[in-house]
Amino acid sequence: MCVLLISGKSKEAEIKRINKELANIRSKFKGDKALDGYSKKKYVCKLLFIFLLGHDIDFGHMEAVNLLSSNRYTEKQIGYLFISVLVNSNSELIRLINNAIKNDLASRNPTFMGLALHCIANVGSREMAEAFAGEIPKILVAGDTMDSVKQSAALCLLRLYRTSPDLVPMGDWTSRVVHLLNDQHLGVVTAATSLITTLAQKNPEEFKTSVSLAVSRLSRIVTSASTDLQDYTYYFVPAPWLSVKLLRLLQCYPPPEDPAVRGRLTECLETILNKAQEPPKSKKVQHSNAKNAVLFEAISLIIHHDSEPNLLVRACNQLGQFLQHRETNLRYLALESMCTLASSEFSHEAVKTHIETVINALKTERDVSVRQRAVDLLYAMCDRSNAQQIVAEMLNYLETADYSIREEIVLKVAILAEKYAVDYTWYVDTILNLIRIAGDYVSEEVWYRVIQIVINRDDVQGYAAKTVFEALQAPACHENLVKVGGYILGEFGNLIAGDPRSSPLIQFNLLHSKFHLCSVPTRALLLSTYIKFVNLFPEIKTTIQDVLRSDSQLKNADVELQQRAVEYLRLSTIASTDILATVLEEMPPFPERESSILAKLKKKKGPGTVTDLEEIKKERSSDMNGSAEPTSVNSTPSPSADLLGLGAAPLTNSAPPPSSSGSLHPEPADTVHDADELFHKFVCKNNGVLFENQLLQIGLKSEFRQNLGRMFIFYGNKTSTQFLNFTPTVICSDDLHFLKQFLCLNLQTKPVDPTVDGGAQVQQVVNIECVSDFMEAPILNIQFRYGGTFQNLSVKLPITLNKFFQPTEMSSQDFFQRWKQLSNPKQEVQNIFKAKHPMDAEITKAKIIGFGSALLEEVDPNPANFVGAGIIHTKTTQIGCLLRLEPNLQAQMYRLTLRTSKEAVSQRLCELLSEQF
Amino acid sequence: GCLRQQTWKIHFILLFSRQGKLRLQKWYTTLPDKEKKKIIREIVQIILSRNQKTSSFVDWKDLKLVYKRYASLYFCCAIEDQDNELLTLEVVHRYVELLDRYFGNVCELDIIFNFEKAYFILDEFIIGGEVQETSKRSAVKAIEDSDMLQETVEEYMNKPAF
Repeated sequence: MCVLLISGKSKEAEIKRINKELANIRSKFKGDKALDGYSKKKYVCKLLFIFLLGHDIDFGHMEAVNLLSSNRYTEKQIGYLFISVLVNSNSELIRLINNAIKNDLASRNPTFMGLALHCIANVGSREMAEAFAGEIPKILVAGDTMDSVKQSAALCLLRLYRTSPDLVPMGDWTSRVVHLLNDQHLGVVTAATSLITTLAQKNPEEFKTSVSLAVSRLSRIVTSASTDLQDYTYYFVPAPWLSVKLLRLLQCYPPPEDPAVRGRLTECLETILNKAQEPPKSKKVQHSNAKNAVLFEAISLIIHHDSEPNLLVRACNQLGQFLQHRETNLRYLALESMCTLASSEFSHEAVKTHIETVINALKTERDVSVRQRAVDLLYAMCDRSNAQQIVAEMLNYLETADYSIREEIVLKVAILAEKYAVDYTWYVDTILNLIRIAGDYVSEEVWYRVIQIVINRDDVQGYAAKTVFEALQAPACHENLVKVGGYILGEFGNLIAGDPRSSPLIQFNLLHSKFHLCSVPTRALLLSTYIKFVNLFPEIKTTIQDVLRSDSQLKNADVELQQRAVEYLRLSTIASTDILATVLEEMPPFPERESSILAKLKKKKGPGTVTDLEEIKKERSSDMNGSAEPTSVNSTPSPSADLLGLGAAPLTNSAPPPSSSGSLHPEPADTVHDADELFHKFVCKNNGVLFENQLLQIGLKSEFRQNLGRMFIFYGNKTSTQFLNFTPTVICSDDLHFLKQFLCLNLQTKPVDPTVDGGAQVQQVVNIECVSDFMEAPILNIQFRYGGTFQNLSVKLPITLNKFFQPTEMSSQDFFQRWKQLSNPKQEVQNIFKAKHPMDAEITKAKIIGFGSALLEEVDPNPANFVGAGIIHTKTTQIGCLLRLEPNLQAQMYRLTLRTSKEAVSQRLCELLSEQF
Repeated sequence: GCLRQQTWKIHFILLFSRQGKLRLQKWYTTLPDKEKKKIIREIVQIILSRNQKTSSFVDWKDLKLVYKRYASLYFCCAIEDQDNELLTLEVVHRYVELLDRYFGNVCELDIIFNFEKAYFILDEFIIGGEVQETSKRSAVKAIEDSDMLQETVEEYMNKPAF
């Protein structure tokens, strides 16, 4: 059978053969004649074989479980193998399996115990942890347990601890486990060290004594003669696995406090570094791999401690030798390890001396993995002294770099250029070069950022205008350059308009010559540039109006472009010069916050890899704007994503035709999903399910502080089919595209992966800034392809004004004094309404607190009433709010009164809160 | 301070032929079958498309693949980014040595016909992604002990089943 399957003439023949075989096995299992153990084993083994060939198996589990209770080792072993490869969560089966395991654990037969422990570790499920997490520690520390069983028990427990740490009880056994580090049997020590390392990470105090034990064990290994450890010597290297594990365990802790222990450890590390210089004891690669594995782990520990300058510099020199080693693997690892060394202040300078070798690696290495490490290292060793050289080399490399790493290199260059720019003309040149060389890989974050920086620094604006103007002269330039050029000339074109070679008309004609080759979003941006030109250069107003008026604009099939053309043409016609000047004023400076590019790189590389390095480097160099970046990124939305308002504009063809009023407000996409009920639930809470149908579930988690907030949107694909082109868009109904100064609510989102696998969940973060008080909640529009059909739905996103409440405690006297101060009829809004829910005082209190205001006890003379106070924080202003809710139990009615200094705010809060009771 | 993950753990081990046929898969992380199949396809393709002269390490998602070719078979381990790559290469080598000691001059066909043995030997060496027994003698002895009673699957398979 096997021979036939493997030589398999064709896929069909194989499937046919297997189906026949499966039918036969099924009939044997179902047959009247009970199968003996031998046959059962044979068929279960065949099923396993077929499964491992890649075919699905949906029977045979019960027969496999039966084998577990066999007394014959061979049958039991096949049963366990089947269970660990093909376990399923059938609860009845689990019960039977657990019973069999329990019997084997109690058998005191080390071979059977080993099989049972392997099975628990292989399955590693929560059910297994529930059943055995209490039992295994006892086996592990029992005096009469065989060494081989101890080894299995230690690693089995480790597996369960990783799956379900809450189910593994800490207790007396932990101190006895630590002492396994002293065990005679090196196999036991090896297994125990893994377990202790993982436990120590979560409970460092409890396992502190392991440090000195680990050091003395390590010391005995590194000083032993190569034959002392017999079987545990691997190609003349004494116990490399145990050495590496001990060095890892020590990385859970800071350098030992006890000077004797610390001295002994330093000796060990020095010995390991010394051995690297000795001639090899064997020419075999296994010898050098094992020896260097220990060396690299020792260097990791030295970097982790970051306290012995002498060791750090020695480590750096050792890695420097490896940078030129003939083994590709060693060059790769040296580059990788040096990357972390670069972040230590003791070794940063030593790392920098290798810059030429690393640049050379970038140019000559044949393996992309190695070149990638070289890029990482150049990035890590970059500081003010070598930034220009490193950025130039990275730009050079970008011309030929592998597609898979281009985007990351672009981000790195952009960050370095920004961080170490002394001269901003260099920064502008660098970014424009990036766009020229790798325009397709320049993400929005990068070109948004250059615009932000140019807007914030008036000393570079003229240069930027001149440079983009020149770059745009190229006959074929990347669309991203058109975007940057359009934006910068729209803001600062006037700074170069004095030169007849870049007169207003020439600037306009240059940009407009690119217009027809660009995509819709870029054309939309250019239209905004044109209306800005109307303000900057009144002399070309009629030329621009003619362009806006042309059929290709006014009757453009794209709704967004048509709308902009209509609105801008109208604005340029009816508005006075003053109004135009105000509306189209130069963009105000952006608040300085964490670079969104850095955030993107962190996201790409995962936290930890970038952060640590950055934090340290930040101290070493002040950032380009001279102001310290905020250390916390929490609720600090980066201002870039919505820079142009384009990200939030409904650019899809689902938008309705422009309204005839000439309003700049875009209408929300299409019918908003009637999820009002769910929407109102979120007024007083921040987390939960916002929307659900048969395909999709949308969950929310959000947090707000003062005028800032952050919302995590979770999109769950409930089907087993992929969603394609999955595009969620957040639309602010009072978003004025271009005229950012009129924006009330500033939302920034990052695009999500357009493919959502069946059963998978993707997450999107919305950074929220409340600029001034706003009425309408934003709309979340979601479009995707499911099967063959296009899905489009919209729900209101529960970002409501009350989210920006800060509660205010005050005394009864204060409350009523302020209440009186707000007695202007325009400041008060009142609503009398019928209770929609049972009138429970405790629930009412919880809702008022959830609404965001403070609940003031013993303020209202009538104890049945509820009184609240708070301040709405927006970026531009703060609005004090007082509220009073009077229930009438008899009539099942409420009267709600809101008093704030702003009528619209009173009105909106009253609407929102009335829906809650 | 913030400690990085120090655990030394293999996430999975795959053995496949130069033609891309999977010969052994061992998972130390729980994943749905569908996901496993997808991963196998992806990784086999990545490794087979690499040149001979490259390093033995490939970044893959947030893990690192460490692989080595022995005759017609690729051995590939997925480890965490911070793990010790060189020692992982020696994990592979030690496993090959154990197979070799057991089968005597092991070849791809041994692993096909005695796949269950290949799994048992691996289990003696690694549990839950952690190296259990690095002594070749101890690991092989454990297998041989249990083997006293057992005939090979090849023998079962070759007996007529129906």
